[in-house]
Amino acid sequence: MAEALTRDLSARLIDKALAAAPLASTTLVVENMHCGGCMRKVEQALCAVDGVAAARANLAAKRVTVSHRSKGAGRTEAFVDALAAAGFKAAELPEEDDSAASNADRDFLRRVGVAGFAAANIMLLSVSVWSGAAGDMERSVQSLFHWLSALIALPTVAYAGRPFFRSAVQALKAGRLNMDVPISLGVTLATAMSLYQTLRGSEQVYFDAAVALLFFLLLGRFLDQRMRTRVAGAAGNLLGLRASTATVLGADGSSERLPARALTPGMRMLVAAGERIAADGRVLEGASEVDESLITGEASPASVSPGRQVFAGTVNLGAPLVVEAIATDQNTLLAEIARLMAAAQQSRGRYVRLADRAASFYAPAVHVLGLATFLGWLVTGHGWEQALTVAIAVLIITCPCALALAVPAVQVAATGRLFGRGVLVKAADGLERLAEADMVVFDKTGTLSLGEPHMLPLAPHDAPLLARAATLASASRHPYARAVVSAARERGLAVFPPVEVAETAGAGLARMTPEGEERLGSGRWCGVSGPAGESATLWYRAPSGKVVPFRFEDRLRPDARDVVQQLRRSGYAVELLSGDRMTAVEAAAKEVGISVWRGRQGPAEKIAHLEGLKADGRKVIMVGDGLNDAPALAAAHASVSPSTAADVSQTAADAIFQGERLGSVVEVLAVAKAARKLALQNFAIAVAYNVMFVPLAVAGLATPLIAAIAMSTSSILVTANAVRLRTARVEL
Amino acid sequence: MTALAWLIPAALFLGGLGLAAFLWSMRSGQFDDLEGAAWRALWDEDGPQPPERKR
Repeated sequence: MAEALTRDLSARLIDKALAAAPLASTTLVVENMHCGGCMRKVEQALCAVDGVAAARANLAAKRVTVSHRSKGAGRTEAFVDALAAAGFKAAELPEEDDSAASNADRDFLRRVGVAGFAAANIMLLSVSVWSGAAGDMERSVQSLFHWLSALIALPTVAYAGRPFFRSAVQALKAGRLNMDVPISLGVTLATAMSLYQTLRGSEQVYFDAAVALLFFLLLGRFLDQRMRTRVAGAAGNLLGLRASTATVLGADGSSERLPARALTPGMRMLVAAGERIAADGRVLEGASEVDESLITGEASPASVSPGRQVFAGTVNLGAPLVVEAIATDQNTLLAEIARLMAAAQQSRGRYVRLADRAASFYAPAVHVLGLATFLGWLVTGHGWEQALTVAIAVLIITCPCALALAVPAVQVAATGRLFGRGVLVKAADGLERLAEADMVVFDKTGTLSLGEPHMLPLAPHDAPLLARAATLASASRHPYARAVVSAARERGLAVFPPVEVAETAGAGLARMTPEGEERLGSGRWCGVSGPAGESATLWYRAPSGKVVPFRFEDRLRPDARDVVQQLRRSGYAVELLSGDRMTAVEAAAKEVGISVWRGRQGPAEKIAHLEGLKADGRKVIMVGDGLNDAPALAAAHASVSPSTAADVSQTAADAIFQGERLGSVVEVLAVAKAARKLALQNFAIAVAYNVMFVPLAVAGLATPLIAAIAMSTSSILVTANAVRLRTARVEL
Repeated sequence: MTALAWLIPAALFLGGLGLAAFLWSMRSGQFDDLEGAAWRALWDEDGPQPPERKR
């Protein structure tokens, strides 16, 4: 018995010692974790990794937190590999940047809980008083109940009301009026007066109204905050999944995989064909082609050779490159873009939100009304005390509970609806700005188009050679080669697994056949001289010596034309603004039906154009993805990016849409407009309620019971109206 | 009326108990992943335990 006890004890001590060993924790994004089964596989796969103490998946956030002993090099890679083996795509989160947001979440929830507890208990006491007042409740008991209410209400108002007080003080310091000013004033005055009336033993006690008001408002703020945290988390996941790793070459020829953010200037990276370049750098060895569409907007690849600068986010298409990482600030293009973005963000200035604009009319009106009531009662010969009581009752009745819920409730419903369809609305005021726009400016590459090459139809007499070329092409990872293969598959041709294909980096593919050698690659590789023509081209040389060009274009998103037509029908002006070659831009503009287009636009020119439109009184939505669009995205009235966009652009955009469909842009605009309509409706409801009850209050008839009923019903009404947006049909 | 002397404290105590339970469950992260928690209830054996919260 004693022995067993000792054994048990020692086992526990060992466990404790192990637990005391420093545990590091790493958070990973897991892209395709959809159900409980996935969640379990993820946790089990991670727990099987050596040194992992625990893994806990969070399905709602699509993240998993791993606790493991010590933070050795390559730890994260081991986790990512383990998950890849289990069939999940995972990546490390850049930084623990969202802990502040989730702390704000918890903070609001805690205040909601406290306010809810207090509101329920005070209401219980109040209902007793109201029902007792009609019956035979003694005055002393009534007074006791009021004192108890005060005891609960005072600390609650001090604690739960703090977010509103703080925001109101900030606004007043900046010389502005926002919705929190009348809220804070109403709540504070109601509480102070109720305390005074409790001291006097009067019946005009409004603790229930004040605390219930805080509860409703906090609930609205909490939902708003939680939605924002979710969206920010999802946006962080997108960036985390895109962050690339680099193969870093050591001085001794060793190689090591490092996450992009661990790279420092001077490191040498090996960039394989088809790989994304992880950091800005200068080419040391190798000659290849690089897809720079994300940086410049140009769809056809640029050729690079030693000495040339390459940018993070571009894709190496040809031969492996050795690139020396350089600091970003040495880089003229990126430095320029950063400078332009800072300037653009400054010039956008402070946007005043709908609720705050309403408050700037509402708050003065309410305060003037309160003052007028006070003076009116004073002039008609009542004492100052009664005049003040009635005036404060007016302030309580007009306290904009419904008004302050009107916009956040709608915004939560709208953001939630879009979130469910893969659209992240990032900026809090983004939906309002989107709803105001009257013009949409598109970027071309990667926005209207998919940003991947698509083979143009062949001349009929060349078609039979496609199957042979595709067989050859299937040996390569070059995007053009892949486009040839998929073109052959689309036409129903059989593509055989390639045999004995030799790939010469940066030039092309070759294979010996019984009839002779066949080649696929650049013009020089296939023995063709002369200009390659407008479209990007790949050549195929058959054993017979016959040479066929394959031309490629950047294919438009399947619904691009419909989206443009729909926008124009709904009265939006539509323009195309691209960094690509004139001819390519013109062709795309024609195909989707945009009559106003500009090609060869650098970041500065894009901004200048947007500023010109702004000066004409246009409110422009910029839709773009490239690094070259980032300043324009920041400068426009509102902006939308696809989730394939450059990191900087995603950060600058108000909304990010996922998937191939450009129709998401229409959906965003339609929901934004519907949200604005509902918000205005809610304002109307709130004003109507004021019109009904303010005369009662001015006449001195607003009993605490009336105040409580009026406030709750109007709050519930506006919330119910907002929830309609979750399912309602919306049209642009 | 003497009943009030203990009824009211009892009511407040019970309400406070509810509030304390709510604050505790929030602090221990039970509202962090409502979707996942619904699935975990369906697992047969005990899954991995949540990692220690950092203070």
